[in-house]
Amino acid sequence: MRAYLPAYELQRPASLDEALRLLASAPGEWRPFAGGTDLMVLLEAGKLEHRKFFSIWHLDELRGIEETIEHITLGALTTYTELQSNETMRREFPMLCVAASETGAIAIQNRGTLGGNIANASPAADSPPALIVYGAELELVSARGARWIAYEGFHTAYKQMRMEPDELISRIRLPRASAGDNWKQYYRKVGTRKAQAISKICFAGAARLGDGQIEEARISMGSVAPTVVSCTKTASILRGRRVNKETIGAAQGEMKKEIVPIDDLRSTADYRLQVSLNLLEDFLLSLER
Amino acid sequence: MPEATEKERSGKVVVRCTVNGRDAELSGFPMARLLDVLREELKLTGTKEGCGEGECGACSVFINGKIVNSCLVPLMQVEGARVVTIEGIASDEQLNAIQEAFIETGGAQCGICTPGMVMAAVNLLDRNSEPTESDIRAGLAGNLCRCTGYMKIFEAVVRACQHSGVKR
Ligand SMILES: Cc1cc2nc3c(=O)[nH]c(=O)nc-3n(C[C@H](O)[C@H](O)[C@H](O)COP(=O)(O)OP(=O)(O)OC[C@H]3O[C@@H](n4cnc5c(N)ncnc54)[C@H](O)[C@@H]3O)c2cc1C
Ligand code: FES
Ligand code: FES
Repeated sequence: MRAYLPAYELQRPASLDEALRLLASAPGEWRPFAGGTDLMVLLEAGKLEHRKFFSIWHLDELRGIEETIEHITLGALTTYTELQSNETMRREFPMLCVAASETGAIAIQNRGTLGGNIANASPAADSPPALIVYGAELELVSARGARWIAYEGFHTAYKQMRMEPDELISRIRLPRASAGDNWKQYYRKVGTRKAQAISKICFAGAARLGDGQIEEARISMGSVAPTVVSCTKTASILRGRRVNKETIGAAQGEMKKEIVPIDDLRSTADYRLQVSLNLLEDFLLSLER
Repeated sequence: MPEATEKERSGKVVVRCTVNGRDAELSGFPMARLLDVLREELKLTGTKEGCGEGECGACSVFINGKIVNSCLVPLMQVEGARVVTIEGIASDEQLNAIQEAFIETGGAQCGICTPGMVMAAVNLLDRNSEPTESDIRAGLAGNLCRCTGYMKIFEAVVRACQHSGVKR
């Protein structure tokens, strides 16, 4: 069923300040509209329940990629295309660039934004696992001010987030120390076909090695629980170990306790669990390569 | 068309942009899909609807030089933008080299996907005049075709690259 268009509003505030005033005027009543690649699909399917939106697409305050010695900071409107074409992103944060390059095809990458991917809060989204592994932080702004929070823990339950109704995501910050040369990074999305496919499983892992031992590891997965999962227990038992059969087995045992894959129309729980364990093994073996 | 009610009319907006180089004032509901506005208001019916959900690329247009799916763009967001549709690809009677190549290889059958395929190929060759096979595959990955089996489309793009001076 197509949507009844007169029922929908889409404002175009002149500035971020004006947008934030609109949000504050009636918290919960207005919602941001970025690249529309999630919202327009819902609209077209007659499933867009919320009616009042304001476009942020034209707000330059929410665009751009900035570099300091410590961080790379991405405007919430950074598109998948912009993300991949940034030299520093490609060098230091390849997992996010791969996630971007595998999100839809070019036309989607030209419109889909990182902020939209986060706020849409799909458990199958492809950038969240990489963001978690990188220790990303989010800047939330409202008419009351701005605050930075850790991205890990932002999603509290299915489609629930630590964001107030008068706030929006303005920037995403990646600490450069969490990536770079001494970290080996591994990202895999398992979908059904190459372009456009929604993930069945998405795995992001990074590890720092010293003397052939894993000094520190971080692992995060998408599509294996109602929200993106940070596999902290699996990662922590890897600390101080060498990659061998025993380590792989121990990590897999831990992962089984940490993820709760589900059956849905894209895949089954059994398949997802098996693929997750295989990806974990492949990640660990990749550290040796 | 039935007369719009007062309430509906008041919910409409007028958006200013350029379409294929000409100034345009588009009127419609703010959430109307650019796809529908182009086809119904401007009668630019070269832009097709396949899926209506961003999967097939039949509705591809350029906005400010970037290829997008017009089924996913609400009218309100083209305020001030430069829109180019398939109708803006040929110059007068002269087809673009890519369009010629589609004819030569038989890259079109029912033709529904063809405008989008041409737009994707234009986008690809604009950015990369010597694409590899895998560049071509990636460039067309967002476009579905139910008729040709893709090979003739692929050949059309290869052929268009061989024509000297691929230009729009
Ligand atoms: C064909 C197709 C293929 C796709 N493939 C993938 C894929 O492979 N992987 C994947 O992860 N996703 C995929 N998607 C989903 C989508 O493209 C992404 O989630 C995209 O990043 C959404 O960004 P957007 O700007 O388009 O969001 P919008 O549709 O504009 O918004 C999505 C949600 O986020 C909210 N929002 C947007 N920006 C902000 C902000 N700054 N602050 C607070 N809230 C905000 C909106 O209110 C809305 O609820 C696909 C979509 C399509 C149509
Ligand atoms: S109709 Fe827009 S992508 Fe299929
Ligand atoms: S020619 Fe018919 S869909 Fe491609």
